[in-house]
Amino acid sequence: MPYIPHTEDDVQAMLAAIGADSIEQLFDEIPAHLKAGHSLDALPEGRGEMAVTRLMAERAEQDRFALSFIGGGAYAHHIPAAVWEIATRGEYYTAYTPYQAEASQGTLQVIYEYQTLIARLTAMDVSNASVYDGASGLAEAVLMSLRANRKSKSRKVLVPDALNPRYRGACDAIVRNQDVELVSVPFCNDAGQTLVDGLKEHEGQDYAALVISQPNYFGSLEDVDALTDWAHANGQLVIAVVNPTSLALLTPPGEWGADGEGADIVVGEGQPLGVPLSSGGPYFGFMACKKKHVRQMPGRIIGRTVDMEGKQGFTLTLQAREQHIRRSKATSNICTNQGLAMTAATIYVSLLGPDGLASVAGHCHANTQKLADKLCALDGVERAFSAPVFHEVALTLPQDADTVLARLAEKDILGGLSLAKDYSMKNAILVNSTEVHTEGDLDLFAQALKEVLA
Amino acid sequence: MSNETTLIFQHSRPGRSATAQAPKPVSEDQLSAIPASLRRKNKPGLPEVGELEVVRHYTNLSTKNFAIDKQFYPLGSCTMKYNPRGANRAAMLPGFLNRHPLAPASHSQGYLACLYELQNFLKEVTGMKGVSLAPMAGAQGEFAGVAMIRAYHEARGDDGRTEILIPEAAHGTNPATAVMCGYKVREVPVGKDGDVDLEALKEACGPQTAGLMMTNPSTCGVFERQIEAISKAVHDAGGLLYYDGANLNAILGKVRPGDMGFDVIHMNLHKTFATPHGGGGPGAGPVGVSQRLLDYLPTPMAGLDEESGDYHWIDTDTLPTSIGHLSAFMGNAGVLLRAYFYAMVLGREGMIRVGEYSTLAANYLLKRLEAIGCQAAYPDRRASHEFILTFAKLAKDQHVTALDIAKRLLDYNQHAPTIYFPLLVPECFLIEPTETETKEAMDDFIDAMAKILEEANTDPDTVTQAPFTQPVRRLDDVKAAKELDLVWGE
Repeated sequence: MPYIPHTEDDVQAMLAAIGADSIEQLFDEIPAHLKAGHSLDALPEGRGEMAVTRLMAERAEQDRFALSFIGGGAYAHHIPAAVWEIATRGEYYTAYTPYQAEASQGTLQVIYEYQTLIARLTAMDVSNASVYDGASGLAEAVLMSLRANRKSKSRKVLVPDALNPRYRGACDAIVRNQDVELVSVPFCNDAGQTLVDGLKEHEGQDYAALVISQPNYFGSLEDVDALTDWAHANGQLVIAVVNPTSLALLTPPGEWGADGEGADIVVGEGQPLGVPLSSGGPYFGFMACKKKHVRQMPGRIIGRTVDMEGKQGFTLTLQAREQHIRRSKATSNICTNQGLAMTAATIYVSLLGPDGLASVAGHCHANTQKLADKLCALDGVERAFSAPVFHEVALTLPQDADTVLARLAEKDILGGLSLAKDYSMKNAILVNSTEVHTEGDLDLFAQALKEVLA
Repeated sequence: MSNETTLIFQHSRPGRSATAQAPKPVSEDQLSAIPASLRRKNKPGLPEVGELEVVRHYTNLSTKNFAIDKQFYPLGSCTMKYNPRGANRAAMLPGFLNRHPLAPASHSQGYLACLYELQNFLKEVTGMKGVSLAPMAGAQGEFAGVAMIRAYHEARGDDGRTEILIPEAAHGTNPATAVMCGYKVREVPVGKDGDVDLEALKEACGPQTAGLMMTNPSTCGVFERQIEAISKAVHDAGGLLYYDGANLNAILGKVRPGDMGFDVIHMNLHKTFATPHGGGGPGAGPVGVSQRLLDYLPTPMAGLDEESGDYHWIDTDTLPTSIGHLSAFMGNAGVLLRAYFYAMVLGREGMIRVGEYSTLAANYLLKRLEAIGCQAAYPDRRASHEFILTFAKLAKDQHVTALDIAKRLLDYNQHAPTIYFPLLVPECFLIEPTETETKEAMDDFIDAMAKILEEANTDPDTVTQAPFTQPVRRLDDVKAAKELDLVWGE
């Protein structure tokens, strides 16, 4: 019996201790007619590890590709071997929520170190132990801003159109049942940036917060200082959505604004920090805020304290915010964090350090610039927007983007994302490059695109 | 066990790094396109350490954890069963690991095939008509379920339904979820035998009832025997029935939620389908629905074109009534692959055995613990895959609490069961041994409990001061909450 260790003798001994004749008898409180009527016929016979592994290996092989330049919120990076070798140790992999703190000091200390890393990277005061992913993290941040902005009575939040449309979609799906409205803010069609000019019509109105994405979905860098100051001047909180790799190079949200007042809540997708693309998960959403808002933050939080002998130790804290204590009055229904992915990220950041992460970010930027130059050297290919970018760039093609991408895929090159559906930019694609690409990889892409466009 | 108490930041030395891991720095020239005003002025205070130190630090920290791979871990309502290593290896095959979530369907057929089959697998074991794998955890599955209930009523113009009914013993996520979906919560009392108070439920049902959320077997560790009457009462009032799959392990292969009359369910793959708990996540919380909620399932889902044999994504463009995406991409994809592996290894027969042997283990453990003097909360009931003990008498007579016993268990190398849940049973343990533990492992736990009960009478300080053998003694939680220290060196 796979994963069930009992011998026939064990079963008989256990039934005897219970005083039952058969296992079936243990289900005698269930109405008999509910049990009858199905035999799980649609399920296959069980197979051993060898057979299932072989099947899955064949399936995995089907999904291989030669080269990919898809970003859109998930990015390919080198992951040091040590990251997952350690993260999948049974002690991390098969432990649960650290409710018994004395027997969970490993996990608890890792989370405390993680909270510190996130706070330092974002230049914020505090961080939680992570949420599901960047998009659902934004939904939590929006709900948090309604609680935290005591000057505002509004249930509206300003959300730029240049935000990743998948973030907007998931955020809306999560918050709309509580009558929260996401009000759209246009971007400048030339620059590909969200401008303060585009916010003017909202001046003097009550909104709980403004969302600022750095970089935005097009890879463009926003004038975060001007946007932050505008929001604060209008009584709004600032929710920053940031790429963690970029923070090694770019002004951290905790310092945004002309006088460095900073964002109030920061969220983002943690995947670039040592988590494989893996079809979209498990990733983790990071979430940080100013200290004064910490009691409005959802999710687990770990604190450093002492034991009864005065020795340092770590424990879950501020649990009065959480669903298992507050029930219907909790800050969120969230229960888990993304412990394993967050553990991997902590190891990743420790291995890279500040200089290593800056070097990765630098290569992402430099490769993307190079790629844009190579592709724009082709007839009819040009940058869609004039704003500077971090590691992703929107390009317009002389032909229909979906068709071009499909033909590139036939050559086993995944050439980015189409902007046709989300932005009605029929001929535009979004491409990304990171440190994993060599000069040769970029040339192969340019050559393939040239052939497709010819 | 390691004595590592220093933080990774305390190992840091300026200029030290794991040089094999990062590319050489780029020149400032190559960064010139980024305006100076947007550049970071000060280097972030991340640790600067060598590769061996990092490996040693996190390896040493890991040894301070209890884990299924090391200890019996009978945490009630969490289903801490063995997490097959083969599932981890399969999910980490390079083809799966490197697949971008937005890769075109032409380069996703292998992954989509696994998801499609898993959807069908879950449909069959739960008796539901449709399954979406999108929710990232049990609580998000709950959210999806209640959001679908709301979408259903709204689509019918039935907008006077403002309340969700929840038995008082329910998990805290249930009421928190109902509120996130814009509903008011009305609690329903539970009787002395652990079943819902049916008369009170009938009284609570009305035109304001959107639905009922319940777990069966319930959080009291017993099968709700009046489930059909409950189903009828809620349905007669026009409400829908939500099944919290936290305890699905108990009945897997025995009774299907769909056959009990539930309209929507969520499953916790990290419980029932043996995916790892990872120190607190990731989980996965697929939802299954009856016919009338099919149009509202969260996206994306895997679809199959029968003629061509090609798989594709079902998204909001083809299912516009869907409650939408709950994550940026496809939920906790890697967790789904691990669950798929587990389901394929178990197959039909294996699925049926899960419910049988987890129930056998729990009833064995309950009877043996009663025999050594433990008090069952529901002594006249069968245990499901878990059961509740109460130490109220011991707390009164000896001032030894459930918390004390839990801490002392750690000294005997046993992870403590869930304590103080459900809230309606005083000084309680919720114990779930799972089907993957040997009789010997359970016998060791029973021996430890017998010793602790004796200590509670002869030497109570040994219990009330425990643990003695862990990296730390009991922690000052009040100080942790009052003098918030959430970030090193702040």
